[in-house]
Amino acid sequence: MRVPLSWLREYVDLPADVTARDLAAKLTLAGLEVETVDELGTDLTGPLVVGRVLEIEELEGFKKPIRHCKVDVGRANGTGEPQEIVCGARNFSEGDLVVVVLPGGVLPGGFSIGARKTYGRMSAGMICSATELGLWEDHTGIVVLPEGFGAVGDDAIGPLGLREDVLDIAVTPDRGYALSMRGVARDTAALYGAAFRDPAEVAVAAPTGEGHPGRIADPALCDRLVLRGATGFDPDLPSPLWMKRRLHQSGVRPVSLAVDVTNYVMLELGQPLHAWDRDRLDGAVQVRRAASGEKLETLDHVQRVLDADDIVIADDSGAQAIAGVMGGLNTEIGLTSTRVLIEAAHFEPMHIARASRRHQLSSEASRRFERGIDSAVQLAAATRAVELLAELGGARVEDAYTHVDESAARGPIVLRASHPGDVAGVDYPEGTTRTWLERIGCAVEDRGEDLAVTPPTWRPDLTDPNDLAEEVIRFEGYENIPSVPPRAPAGRGLTPGQRLRRTLGRVLADTGYNEVLSYPFVGESDLDGLQLEDDDARRVSLRLANPLNEQEPLLRTTLLPGLFKALARNVGRGFTDVALFEMGLVYRPRPGATRAPLLPVDRGPSAEELRQIDAAVPDQPRRVGAVLAGNAERAGWWGPGRPATWADAIQAARDIARTAGVELEVEADRHAPWHPGRCAALYVRVDGERLLVGHAGELHPRTVKAFGLPERTCAMEVELDRIERARGADTAPTVSTYPVATQDVALVVDESVPVGAVGDALAEGAGELLESVRLFDVYTGEQVGEGRKSAAFTLRFRAGDRTLTAEEAGAARDAAVARAAERTGAALRG
Amino acid sequence: MSAPNNSFDPVEVTPLHPDEVARMREEALAAIEAAADLAELKEVRLAHASDRSPLALANREIGALPPAAKADAGKRVGGARRDVGQALKARQAVLEAERDERVLVEERVDVTLPWDRAPRGARHPLTTVAERMADIFVGMGFEVSEGPEIEAEWFNFDALNFLPDHPARTMQDTFFVESPDGGETGLVMRTHTSPVQVRSLLTRELPVYVVAPGKTFRTDELDATHSPVFHQLEGLVVDKGITLAHLRGAIDAFVGGMFGEGLRTRFRASYFPFTEPSAEVDMECFVCRGASVGDPDAPCRTCSSEGWIEIGGCGVVNPRVLTAAGVDPEVYSGWAFGLGIERTLMFAHGVRDMHDMVEGDIRFTSAFGSEN
Repeated sequence: MRVPLSWLREYVDLPADVTARDLAAKLTLAGLEVETVDELGTDLTGPLVVGRVLEIEELEGFKKPIRHCKVDVGRANGTGEPQEIVCGARNFSEGDLVVVVLPGGVLPGGFSIGARKTYGRMSAGMICSATELGLWEDHTGIVVLPEGFGAVGDDAIGPLGLREDVLDIAVTPDRGYALSMRGVARDTAALYGAAFRDPAEVAVAAPTGEGHPGRIADPALCDRLVLRGATGFDPDLPSPLWMKRRLHQSGVRPVSLAVDVTNYVMLELGQPLHAWDRDRLDGAVQVRRAASGEKLETLDHVQRVLDADDIVIADDSGAQAIAGVMGGLNTEIGLTSTRVLIEAAHFEPMHIARASRRHQLSSEASRRFERGIDSAVQLAAATRAVELLAELGGARVEDAYTHVDESAARGPIVLRASHPGDVAGVDYPEGTTRTWLERIGCAVEDRGEDLAVTPPTWRPDLTDPNDLAEEVIRFEGYENIPSVPPRAPAGRGLTPGQRLRRTLGRVLADTGYNEVLSYPFVGESDLDGLQLEDDDARRVSLRLANPLNEQEPLLRTTLLPGLFKALARNVGRGFTDVALFEMGLVYRPRPGATRAPLLPVDRGPSAEELRQIDAAVPDQPRRVGAVLAGNAERAGWWGPGRPATWADAIQAARDIARTAGVELEVEADRHAPWHPGRCAALYVRVDGERLLVGHAGELHPRTVKAFGLPERTCAMEVELDRIERARGADTAPTVSTYPVATQDVALVVDESVPVGAVGDALAEGAGELLESVRLFDVYTGEQVGEGRKSAAFTLRFRAGDRTLTAEEAGAARDAAVARAAERTGAALRG
Repeated sequence: MSAPNNSFDPVEVTPLHPDEVARMREEALAAIEAAADLAELKEVRLAHASDRSPLALANREIGALPPAAKADAGKRVGGARRDVGQALKARQAVLEAERDERVLVEERVDVTLPWDRAPRGARHPLTTVAERMADIFVGMGFEVSEGPEIEAEWFNFDALNFLPDHPARTMQDTFFVESPDGGETGLVMRTHTSPVQVRSLLTRELPVYVVAPGKTFRTDELDATHSPVFHQLEGLVVDKGITLAHLRGAIDAFVGGMFGEGLRTRFRASYFPFTEPSAEVDMECFVCRGASVGDPDAPCRTCSSEGWIEIGGCGVVNPRVLTAAGVDPEVYSGWAFGLGIERTLMFAHGVRDMHDMVEGDIRFTSAFGSEN
């Protein structure tokens, strides 16, 4: 809502020294957020004066018609001689009053005016158009002032209203009343304790009879309809300058007098009006639901198919307007209309909101209706409009008019008088609540400690005690609310899962990974790039109905594509050694999920209702992914670097599990998007059952190519929620101070036997005395024979109560080797 | 070691003769003095002060002396050994000092050489800033609550008093979610962290003091100040006798903890369907502290010379929300706030462009430690 300050001052006795910026600051704190203050005309300097055209000489021989004019500007030019001005406009005659900027003047936009020779004549100054003055957009010629505007030579800046401060208010959805001068003025008056004159207080005589017939089909759609006519309207008369200027300053384009009047009254009172050409209406005006499939060509020349939920204004020949949204082309007020019928109605807001969305038509009218307008201002608004048509357009107001009133009175809201103070935490003086509520137009009745408050018809947003509390608090000043620290009961701190996530982030960062937070939007091509089979579960993704990028409508089922893209971006920016990680949710639709129900809001949901809603919300497990390329350890003066390999990726997963206090079981697997020979499946144990938590290894060359990654890029992805399920309480070990007995064994196994399995078997067979088993070498070559490999382990034994003898350690080692032999065919290397 | 010989009664043992002891002492002292470095001194120690040294061997013979002679010989040999020990210690100190002076200096290295063999990574500053923000409230006794990112419309809108056709609902620029086959789901990408309010009230015992950091989604194209994916920190208190003054206190504590003590805050009346009354929260610009307002010669880039920075929205929990969450609004009241984590990061660390936060460029994250 754009509010010219001089217009506002017509309704509020605002102290003269209050500036637009003062007012803006005050309104903003009180909930009418002033986004900008436009100081119009501050870049304009005179002399800019009223002039009378004395002589016009048409200059011939130029590409366009040019006039050389002599203009009387009185003594404004210092000499009293007529000013000679060359002018390209043609919409004026000798004797017309015009606006002249004299040499030395500067027009809006920094356009300096001088005296110069042009078209072979001297031109000292300029006759101004509305556009040049910043008044409104008009390319048809210069401004011709009405007779009586002023004397020649008088300053025109003031009378034209060129200097104006306009407040641009971002009106919140609840404050529909502030989409009018009237509403902003009322709040302004209350804030300054100034007198307020309500422009809706229009004297309206009772009708002398029925006006144009009007009917409301359903009071639930529309509870008030006023039809008031004006006859003998002169469609050739222009809108007055002040009206066009105000419309323009308010952001509304001047069109014609009849249309401008409806817009002006809308800005003034907040009531959208429709001006009908009464001669084009066929029978009674009816407010009804559209028939499904009914058609209407709207003012924007679009043929629209109406919905049964649309409210239409119809006559006997059919729908003529989508109520509250846009009028129809057929009945549009035209250039020749002399019988004007003003329609003012109060429509049900949500119908208008839906229609506006359905037809993708947002208009000044729909914005107001859907936020809620005054439900009782229609007669005043229609009367104000026809009176303006009479005053400015030569029309006669019809004394008979139609007023269909199906409105129901609102009941009061009962609240404790102390409620606003209780909400704010401020002890307001007695009577505060009543004072402010009355100032904004509420009827307040005392009921003991309670107040029964009936909000005014222009405040449909006031429905609950807290709405009224907000009104009191904002006028008392939000800035005056004290600061009192909250006293929460002792909290339990972060949950184990929350602490784990923080620690994991640090662990990964410490081991070289940079965290990224990528968008969860992916496309089919990403899933193809991952080399997923058609039946891969990760292809089953939820989708956005309205994606920003049509190529990425899917919601991620894996973190990897986002990581790959971030890696490629870094490589593209000149980094060769890059390691990234991300921790975030993936979205896995539940098979057979039904639509999430819209539960009632007048009570809490039942357990069954919650179960239904949870069953519809997809599974959203938290995962950690990592990707790395280039060197894991850099080259430097110490020697060559060490390339990142599949082993780093798997180790990242192990580090994550270790940080959670969980051991990972690692097993070879074939799983997209990994290299089939360099892919590990990762498991944890939950209650003895093995649970898959993710995969790690080197990426498949096709995936590397699809995402433009460096060769041999490696990646890891694990499901943190599953790892957490394997967490148990860590128990302290018994730390023995007896000496360790170390035994090294080298075992030869078949090339195909995983070394991990050999180590596991050793650990299992070694018995209670085993402290640790660690692989320290793997060897293949002639000495162990073709198709075989040797794995060397260090076994450390220790007892808690004695020094182990060589025999005891040896026996434990032999037991370990025996188990390895049994499980993996391992033989001690001779 | 030979056992004491008691079978005869020797009168004199050569190694214990005074001249002999003196000679061994002098030899030892001379050798100690002659030792040129710590290695030589170690040899000297072996030769003259070990268990096999002449003085040690002489000492063993004392047991063979007649009782009358024992004391005298013991005193003599003991004195010599003590002198040798002291000389060794002194020489050791001298030689160590020499070594420190000379040898360790010769072993010097260039300590400016890098050792960034295994580079460190970094956490994303949005993550660490979100943790810092949450921790300020955890310090006040709040707990951290969580909820899903794909959310049922009922939680995201209806339960928060966004009526089905109200403009406030359509103003949220919502991503709507379809099933894999394009069917309706009743799900949206949550447009704010506020649904966690309702989930917290449904799952926790009253009173509730929680914050909920998390991802939120709106259909805004990525530019310098907007991103379709961004982060909020929700706060919710529901208790008996809760007022806006407590909300102001919590916000003040946050601003003090995050941006420094002594910064003023202010509330501006505003509108959110799920709070009533509602307010926008501004804090005093921590750079210019308002000095740039109306001073064109000293513009402030942080607050655009407005003196205030908007940090979020807040208000008293609308009793309708409590009702929808099964809490009796006649007994309980509460307040809630939503703070922008991107905004906080932008202000706290001078991040100027949203692109930097979403692109994953390692130069951006590396500029921050793992904790900030």
